[in-house]
Amino acid sequence: MFMKLHQWAETNAFALLVLSFIVVSVGGLVQIVPLFYLDNTIEKVEGMRPYSPLELAGRDIYVREGCYTCHSQMIRVMRDEVDRYGHYSLAAESMYDHPFQWGSKRTGPDLARVGGRYSDDWHVAHMHNPRDIVPESIMPAYPWLAETPVSTDLIAQMMTAHRRTGVPYTDEMIENAVLDFRTQENPDAGDVDALLARYPKAQARNFDAQPGVSELDALIAYLQMLGTLVDFSTFEPEASR
Amino acid sequence: MADRRELDEATQTETTGHEWDGIKELDTPMPRWWLWTLYATIVWGVIFTILMPSWPMVNRAMPGLLGYSTRQSVATELAAASQANAALDERLVSSELSEAKNDPELLRYAMAGGAAVFRNNCAPCHGAGAGGVVGRYPNLLDNDWLWGGTIDDIDQTIAHGIRFDADEDTRIGDMPAFDGVIEPADIDGLVQYVLSLSGTAQDPASAEQSTQLFIDNCATCHGEDGKGMRELGSANLTDAIWLYGSDPAAIRNTILHGRHGQMPAFGTRLSPADIAKVAIYVNTLGGGE
Repeated sequence: MFMKLHQWAETNAFALLVLSFIVVSVGGLVQIVPLFYLDNTIEKVEGMRPYSPLELAGRDIYVREGCYTCHSQMIRVMRDEVDRYGHYSLAAESMYDHPFQWGSKRTGPDLARVGGRYSDDWHVAHMHNPRDIVPESIMPAYPWLAETPVSTDLIAQMMTAHRRTGVPYTDEMIENAVLDFRTQENPDAGDVDALLARYPKAQARNFDAQPGVSELDALIAYLQMLGTLVDFSTFEPEASR
Repeated sequence: MADRRELDEATQTETTGHEWDGIKELDTPMPRWWLWTLYATIVWGVIFTILMPSWPMVNRAMPGLLGYSTRQSVATELAAASQANAALDERLVSSELSEAKNDPELLRYAMAGGAAVFRNNCAPCHGAGAGGVVGRYPNLLDNDWLWGGTIDDIDQTIAHGIRFDADEDTRIGDMPAFDGVIEPADIDGLVQYVLSLSGTAQDPASAEQSTQLFIDNCATCHGEDGKGMRELGSANLTDAIWLYGSDPAAIRNTILHGRHGQMPAFGTRLSPADIAKVAIYVNTLGGGE
């Protein structure tokens, strides 16, 4: 009986396709579906917030330039990684990333907690030419970032798009997108307290020390916030996660 | 497919019944040892999922009989490492750092640990070889120290940084901008005077004429002899070591626009023992006092 069925499936291309699809689906569903509802795999962490408009623009530049091909943003749960980079990454720290930037290869160091590690001045010089500061570096230079202004035209639409994927941007955040964008780069241009109320722990200053919002401003704003939102001095890891 | 399978005459092995152009496929059985190994791995697979966290249930996944957790294991490893170093760390932090260098065991410990801390935290600016970057970050290999080169001085600098506003005990001193304070026509002469302090002036006559200008504007911080003051972090101008470059244009730039190099405080990032280790390491690099 079984051998007959087998022979029928093997000699009937359409049946083979349908049966194969069912088998593969079961394997996939068993592995993927539980991740969406198990307590073990869903961890809420205090401090996470959506990216501010300037950070979001910086993140887009990070993705555009392909930084993820050489830099991961994922500190693994291993002693040597924790010793070098700081507390291991939590899944919740990427909850507003679409797509996440975990990466899969480290030609350069991990950047999950690079925020605050170097001065803005260091980043400016390093992006202009990494070898000016680190002679043995093989990272490419990105001198055009400092000269290219970021347009504010698409900021609000970008945030709306992220909201559709589940990022909780409020109407107020989207209305104030352009204002927040400018205020974060130039604290004198707007209300920093309002910016901080919408995006706690956002760092507002002129990142590249040049007038105007350049791509370098946005990128440095993004890099300087990476890994700084969660306060790990109050974080109690649950062992089963 | 027939229930009784056909035997191949030459080998006396069953065939699969598949035939291509008169050639039939033999169905040689798997070796017995291979089959048993396969069955054993299946059994082990089942046992392993019972021992380790695995099957998804209604709210949580099965925790596994062994109670293994990656987070727990890394926490244990980190605790074991700091426990293993606790005695040495304690001795290092409680002793006078200048004395610690004379204790061979502490010195060996500080050198090994300090090198690792240095590569991770200091090398991005000061360089993997601690040679610094001209115009930006000081060379730590020479014996010229803006803020002092004893282990205690270095320890203080690392813990609290330089011109790092977030730290109350940070080292503060400023090379102000003299643009608009000193007559533009006098700047070049002053540059020559500064160069003459290390015997590298190209125009000794105009250097000579600027002596009073130096005493009026620069001597407060750099001293009349130009040797600098460590409590202010003002540079010694009489040696031939220049953080921001030794050519007249660079010195002119420094006088006109000032210099405000910054070093972050590491007191909140590194443990006191790690700071002590890297302070000893930096002190031994060549120019320590």
